[in-house]
Amino acid sequence: MGDNLISVNNVSVNFDYQENFISKKQKIHAVNNINIKIKKGSFFGLVGESGSGKTTLGRAILGANKISSGNVIFHDEERDYDLTDMNKQDLKEYRKKAQLIFQDPYAALSPRMTVRDIIAEPLEVMRITNSRQETDERVRDIAAKCRLNIEHLRRFPHAFSGGQRQRISIARALVSNPKFIVADESVAALDVSIQADILNLLKQLQTELSLTYLFISHDLSVVAHVCDVVAVMYLGHIVEMGPSRELFKNPKHSYTKALLSSIPSIDPEKRSEAIELKGEIPSALNPPPGCVFRTRCPNPGVDCKGGEIKMGLIEVEPGHWVDQCCAI
Amino acid sequence: MSHLLEVKNLDVKFDTDEGRITAVENISLSVDQGEVLGIVGESGSGKSVTAKSIMKLNPGNTSYNEDAEIILDNENVLQFSSKQDLKKIRGGKVSMIFQEPMASFAPAIKIGAQMVEQLLIHKNINKEEAKSISINMLKRVGIADAEKRFNQYAFELSGGMRQRAMIAMALSTMPKLLLADEPTTALDVTIQAQVINLIKDIIKEYQMGVIFITHDLGVIAQVADHVAVMYLGSVVEKGPVNEILKNPKHPYTKGLLQALPDINNLDAPLSPIPGNIPSPLDRPTGCVFRTRCPHHNPEGKDGKIEMKLIEVEPGHWVDQCGIKCGQNG
Repeated sequence: MGDNLISVNNVSVNFDYQENFISKKQKIHAVNNINIKIKKGSFFGLVGESGSGKTTLGRAILGANKISSGNVIFHDEERDYDLTDMNKQDLKEYRKKAQLIFQDPYAALSPRMTVRDIIAEPLEVMRITNSRQETDERVRDIAAKCRLNIEHLRRFPHAFSGGQRQRISIARALVSNPKFIVADESVAALDVSIQADILNLLKQLQTELSLTYLFISHDLSVVAHVCDVVAVMYLGHIVEMGPSRELFKNPKHSYTKALLSSIPSIDPEKRSEAIELKGEIPSALNPPPGCVFRTRCPNPGVDCKGGEIKMGLIEVEPGHWVDQCCAI
Repeated sequence: MSHLLEVKNLDVKFDTDEGRITAVENISLSVDQGEVLGIVGESGSGKSVTAKSIMKLNPGNTSYNEDAEIILDNENVLQFSSKQDLKKIRGGKVSMIFQEPMASFAPAIKIGAQMVEQLLIHKNINKEEAKSISINMLKRVGIADAEKRFNQYAFELSGGMRQRAMIAMALSTMPKLLLADEPTTALDVTIQAQVINLIKDIIKEYQMGVIFITHDLGVIAQVADHVAVMYLGSVVEKGPVNEILKNPKHPYTKGLLQALPDINNLDAPLSPIPGNIPSPLDRPTGCVFRTRCPHHNPEGKDGKIEMKLIEVEPGHWVDQCGIKCGQNG
């Protein structure tokens, strides 16, 4: 498959939902018919509001959520892994190669383990190293790459600030030598001054260790800065996708436009240029038929108002895909 | 001219098992009617503690210095101790909205009942009147079906709706001062834009003074008239919003602005402020920012220069050590 690392083909994820034991079972359509290709060495951004299905998609790609239909292929050097058709042995192999960095560095680290044990745990669980000495070496090596001091390894997480904790989380994710990292809101809980530090570290590690990232975030300015390809999600669908500069300079979908205009500008003279979206994201239990965004769209066309236009991406410029409802 | 609120030389200290922590040191601020004062700073900078002091909501182990004054409407809040007096400020003259509206509403009491309860405490009215004031207020903040929402619980509302209800509740007693502590941080950007516009409209309509606390400089630029930048319990720079954001003098303010990813300038590198915020238990002497300052002025490095704000332009105050650092770099 050439230079793609991950291919996501027509993936949908549904959850069963039952309000109480007498009511009817319903389906939550968390992720609908997603197609993305993540190139080797790319920083792929996934943005959207809460409830848009970004995390579910990220977890599905890691094999942590069941995929209801479609498949995810991980193209490794020697062979392809099909996530929907994997035995236990394959899954173990895949886990070494695909790892997750969490949002909240305060919740992600066990308070009872030393930093060394936290970072070493994946090596021990996955039986990657054979001796304690080898484990220690790998831990020290990755800790140095994540700019942690050797004496930090003996301490417990409570002694560290948010930024340092996030570096510990990153070291743990990278210790098994993965190729693919899902970073789920990994800088959202950090202060701005620290956030920039972690973003720079992720970038630097990417080149050093030839990593590929799926970077999930609700913060468009962060995504614009670090990602080279961006997909915008709304209510389980990708509504726009393209190279990050092109997409942010020349947004086509009304949702992307509204999101961009909602970012508060740090120029006090540019006040209230936001395209205000009315209302809130509808429930995924019964998404509107047709274009999912039409209930909040500031300028709906005649056709999409009735929900007659189906969701589907169209390529408007090379590599820049927009949902057909807004592309027309 | 007397201000609506004037905080003078406020120190706030907490007695803990590990020793006495200085949360806020020597802060002076003022807010006029119809004016929004933004307080920015990272976590642990003392923003919330300052706001809570105005309502005397800090916990029992708090001590204030004796010469501090918090003058609200010509009365010194710090000298209030009787329940009667405190009731006048808490929810009466001052209302507060918080970051997490789910945690601010009682989960097992209907929203309407909570709104009516506080109105009955502060206003001399009966239940029926309180109900109609509450429903009108819910309508004012843009909640559709206000009568229905009045009889619902907090968990039945979405995040944006809950924050609107919180604002309605805070405003229904017609406070003179509104303390907004990170009111949009937990919201999505599109909802954040709605809530910011709502708050701005309401300030204009009711002519309140507002203290708006946030860590997001973008939000500050959108709502505030004046800004105070806090670091580790001290104000390092304050002044009109335009002046602070376009012509920052203190290295910390500059650092914050450079660390912020700007969507209009994607080529600018992200420059973090080196190091970490020191623990308040070993707060640096002298300039609090010196342990992370990129270009120390030699005297500031040893902590020999005391913190003191100096007016560099009319209304624009900068810490004296920061002025020198700013000139060197």
